[in-house]
Amino acid sequence: MGETRDYAVKMHHVTKTFGKVVANKDVDLELKNGEILALLGENGSGKTTLMNMLSGIYFPDYGDIHIHGIPVTIRSPKDAFDLGIGMIHQHFKLVDVLTAAENIVLGLDGKTTVNRKELNKKVAELASRYGFEIDPSKKVYNMAVSEKQTVEILKVLYRGADILILDEPTAVLTPQETEKLFAVLRNMKADGKSIIIITHKLHEVLSISDRVAILRKGEYIGVVETSETNQDQLTEMMVGRPISLEIERPQLERGEKRLKVVDLTCLNGDGIKALDNVSFSAYSGEILGVAGIAGSGQKELCEVIAGLYPTIGGAVLYTDEREDGPVKESILGLTPDQIVEKGISMAFVPEDRLGMGLVADMDMTDNVMLRSYKNNKGLFVDRKTPKKVAEQLIEEMEIVTPGVDTPVGRMSGGNVQKVLLGREIALSPSVLIVAYPVRGLDINSSYRIYDLLNEQKKKGVAVIFIGEDLDVLMELSDRVMVLCGGRVSGIVDPRKVTKEDIGLMMIQVNEQKEEEDV
Amino acid sequence: MKVKSTQIKEPLLRMVKRDAVSPKKAWEIRAIAFLLSLVTGGLLILVLGHNPLSVYKSMVVGAWGSKTVMYETVKLAVPLLITAIGISFAFKMKFWNIGAEGQILVGAVAAGAFGLFTAHIFPKLPLVILMLLAGMAAGGLYGLLPAVCKAKWGTNETLFTLMLNYIALAFIKYLMNGPWKAPGSSFPKIAMLVPGARLTKVLGVHWGWILALVLVVAAYFYFNKTKQGYEIAVVGESNDTARYAGINVSKVFMRTMFLSGALCGLVGMLQFSGADYTITEGTAGGVGFTAITVAWLAKMNPYGMLIVSIFIAMLERGSNTIQTNFKIPASASDLLIGIILFFMLGCEFFITYRLILRGKEEHHG
Repeated sequence: MGETRDYAVKMHHVTKTFGKVVANKDVDLELKNGEILALLGENGSGKTTLMNMLSGIYFPDYGDIHIHGIPVTIRSPKDAFDLGIGMIHQHFKLVDVLTAAENIVLGLDGKTTVNRKELNKKVAELASRYGFEIDPSKKVYNMAVSEKQTVEILKVLYRGADILILDEPTAVLTPQETEKLFAVLRNMKADGKSIIIITHKLHEVLSISDRVAILRKGEYIGVVETSETNQDQLTEMMVGRPISLEIERPQLERGEKRLKVVDLTCLNGDGIKALDNVSFSAYSGEILGVAGIAGSGQKELCEVIAGLYPTIGGAVLYTDEREDGPVKESILGLTPDQIVEKGISMAFVPEDRLGMGLVADMDMTDNVMLRSYKNNKGLFVDRKTPKKVAEQLIEEMEIVTPGVDTPVGRMSGGNVQKVLLGREIALSPSVLIVAYPVRGLDINSSYRIYDLLNEQKKKGVAVIFIGEDLDVLMELSDRVMVLCGGRVSGIVDPRKVTKEDIGLMMIQVNEQKEEEDV
Repeated sequence: MKVKSTQIKEPLLRMVKRDAVSPKKAWEIRAIAFLLSLVTGGLLILVLGHNPLSVYKSMVVGAWGSKTVMYETVKLAVPLLITAIGISFAFKMKFWNIGAEGQILVGAVAAGAFGLFTAHIFPKLPLVILMLLAGMAAGGLYGLLPAVCKAKWGTNETLFTLMLNYIALAFIKYLMNGPWKAPGSSFPKIAMLVPGARLTKVLGVHWGWILALVLVVAAYFYFNKTKQGYEIAVVGESNDTARYAGINVSKVFMRTMFLSGALCGLVGMLQFSGADYTITEGTAGGVGFTAITVAWLAKMNPYGMLIVSIFIAMLERGSNTIQTNFKIPASASDLLIGIILFFMLGCEFFITYRLILRGKEEHHG
């Protein structure tokens, strides 16, 4: 260990509990001056909690913090600012109707009047120093996600922070934007800033950081030099045992065209087109991946097909050549129960698991019957069958819960997702739509989910998989459809394109590329 | 610098969410809260110059001491209980129906339309049935109105139902002063229901209490065993989840609010034909609001509402007694009830959270 002065941050024996949950247990973390430290860990391993204590949002139960060698008490975000610590959160905290520059100075001491011209110049100077591309007078509501992130970073830099914490900054970026961000981070490092970047993407850790600190289940596992490690070692430290990172993609003969979507157009709450002439087909026995920057129309697409979102044009046609006679239906505009009445079993795992897919306060039995309680004749609900299904799910899906009577809201994210996906699969669907199914899940649960999706594919289900991790999308999907601003910018074979190709399609629609209906 | 240095400036008091609390522990907390409320109320009584123990004793005796006062207590509890059950239908789906007062009043008026003007045509049984159905239908429709508007145009049900209370009240004033004014009376008042049409008493109180007990069981059954009850619970948790599950949210709003209003309307009919025998501005008498307290204290559980409504009826009866026996002003005895309810509602916070004093938490590490 070097001289105390060499370290921008030293956290020792830091412990934080929430009720009985120990979020951080006796964690040590050291950030050298002028380095980029990656803080790696699975969801729920306590990365964000630890950083929130550094930025004054939480107060540690125990432990001490040294900044530049001086012991400090950080009671509020203001204390953290005064110490030169700035955190860029996953969820941006910007005022939509103000410009970039206005957001940057918002809340700072100063004169009652603002000289916008001078302010814009100062912000532009700061931005160019680190290589940001930004128009200081642009309103936040006109900005893309990556621009908003830039504003957040500049806000922190403008306040003179020399210790920056970025919480999963790449989760919302395309590969190209990620590269740009990394270039900026390297510039900042060269300028003497010390940076902590929270992430769970291993290849990013390897490309940007100098050292990697690993947390597992709230405990500090260790720190390694990035140059001396590799993905396998990091995974093992993160998960606790070696694990294969291969995602299977069973090669199957593609089945019939199950779902044909034609020129789907719908509006969002502001009257802007959330989907714009979206056309594609989903086939039985394949996984169709859907890529795109967050908010490119993925949510609307899922909900339109599931019968939950109004459209202003287009068609959704369903075909199923079943043994008991073919089913051909136009399902656009039908409500979920009308779709069921047509004899179509459409499973949908929405993005908002506890706000749409499940009822947090209800137990597993009541949640299992959410989609099937109407099957029972008469006035009363039948809880016996769903209870059996719930017990079966616990066993088959290895769900960890005290029992079928525990509210699902009390279960961990991975188990909640298993309940939801398990219930939907139990419907024996012919179409399965999953939106961000592994968000917030640990590696193990994620791979279990991929397996389940592959199982459904093998059964001849048409799987539509909305994802955010391009690596996963490209390994798991048979075809990848890329959305950009509500339009389809292409449907590609992931074996024949690179990640960068898809990244480009995520930010611009290539007009020549018409959908090849293969 | 040693490790302890950062501990010094820990906040003085912190709130920490408890893990699931065992029922036993929860009841302990409630019992402590009740005792504390009695102590605090006792201080108030001392300040007024009375012995707290004898005042409390007289409250209990005033509510349960003799058959006559017992009947009065039960008569207070019946409308509270049925109204609480009624609004819990709406509250369970997070539809804030604070219009029970109005629904009670229109129920009473509809019952009155038959009771006051057709008593000479129909024999008692069909008349009572007519009054019952009319009261429930009127209350139900009065509850349906805000539900329809919410389903169609997304209106705010809290304001809507509150305003309907005033309309119902004004309507009764109009009836009292105008078309329904009792013949020969110099006061603006509505005539009395003829004795032959009044509800039969069972064990000293009109049979509404039996109906109330039946409704407790029926409501519990409805909430927990029927598809409609399940739908209410899902809608209450999340409209999005309900739509996802194929539930027609508007339909559930309307159906449930009709039931909610109908039960409140039933209360109006019972009050008219079983307790007051006439209709005044005081027919609802704040029951519609007190019932909100009942429903919340009972956490929307009908059996809990049975206990809470009897408890509150007892407090009200008791407070009347101490007003006469000790010459304690009405405002002070209301304050006493307020103190007790404040503690009972407030202790729910301590069941969910615990407070930690600086330095009291044991440290890990």
